[in-house]
Amino acid sequence: MSAAAATAGEWPLWEVFVRSRRGLSHAHVGSLHAPDAEMALRNARDLYTRRQEGVSIWVVPAAAITASSPDEKDAFFDPAADKVYRHPTFYAVPDGVEHL
Amino acid sequence: MTEPAPTPVTPTAVTPTRDPRISYDAGTYALRLGDDALVLAQRMGEWVASAPQLEEDVALANIALDLLGQARPLLSYAGSLLPGADGAARSEDELAYLRDERDFTNVQLVELADNGDFGRCVARLLVFSAWQQELYASLAGASDDTLAAVAAKAVKEAAYHRDHATQWVLRLGDGTAESHQRMQAAVDAVWPYVEELFEPDAVTSSLAAVGVAVDPASLRDPVLGYVSAVLERATLAVPSTRVRHSGGRHGIHTEAIGHLLAELQHVARSHPGASW
Repeated sequence: MSAAAATAGEWPLWEVFVRSRRGLSHAHVGSLHAPDAEMALRNARDLYTRRQEGVSIWVVPAAAITASSPDEKDAFFDPAADKVYRHPTFYAVPDGVEHL
Repeated sequence: MTEPAPTPVTPTAVTPTRDPRISYDAGTYALRLGDDALVLAQRMGEWVASAPQLEEDVALANIALDLLGQARPLLSYAGSLLPGADGAARSEDELAYLRDERDFTNVQLVELADNGDFGRCVARLLVFSAWQQELYASLAGASDDTLAAVAAKAVKEAAYHRDHATQWVLRLGDGTAESHQRMQAAVDAVWPYVEELFEPDAVTSSLAAVGVAVDPASLRDPVLGYVSAVLERATLAVPSTRVRHSGGRHGIHTEAIGHLLAELQHVARSHPGASW
């Protein structure tokens, strides 16, 4: 990851994902700087799970994430706007299903 | 530190049937462990806003708060077993803020000033947390319920502190030529204060005999074994110095503690009884 360091003396950026409890997916909670993956994991523990927010942590080098561009927003997302039949709105949700 | 304190372990009432001598020694022992934690909490707190990165500020502050959280029940318990001249129990605040340096019974290792040297900070933390981890792991099975409860909670904290220090010693020791040289200098600087952790005396001997305390000498092999293995992996040399500083358990301290206590106690002494 040292190649990803923007400038000398600057630690690379990592994105942090925390699973808040069993059964849920890891969710992005923020980012941090760390010299390597092991330290990133520990920094994430100290920064993002101080108040018992999680049971599992992933850290990912920010440089390894390929993101969609705001310039592509229209082509990427607008075509889904009028496809109402893709939403499961015509079904009754059974009682007791929390995370659909 | 205004952060809400971790759930304190409530000191249990002194067993009335216990030998008064054992009670007094247990108070002395709790005071020693509490002073170790309190003084190092203050030292670690000095790094907040001065660590190499913001992330490390938070990591060191977390460790400082863990130590402060250990000091509180230990000092409360000590205060209940070592009452003041009027016979009333002394509070944790009274013990933390109103004693002079000769009354502090921490080992000298924890009072040493880092003087902004991050290598010193992690070298000391490596040794101290390795010692605390072994100590608390044993003390969790002690026959004294309060000490056992504090130890059972704190042993996980100490394990994390030890891991944090280990990560840094490995990276700095086995890093650049400059970081290696500075990390070695830091280890050399704290080494003369290591043996004091393992010195038994009349208090620990009498308590260890009844299962209240851990014999400090029994911790030497596992602690030095762990630390030496980390130093070796970090390509650092285990110092061969024979210099041993000692006396902290009996109130003999280095110059550094006076400055530390001045900062720790200044507000409480300037505004007696103040609260918010």
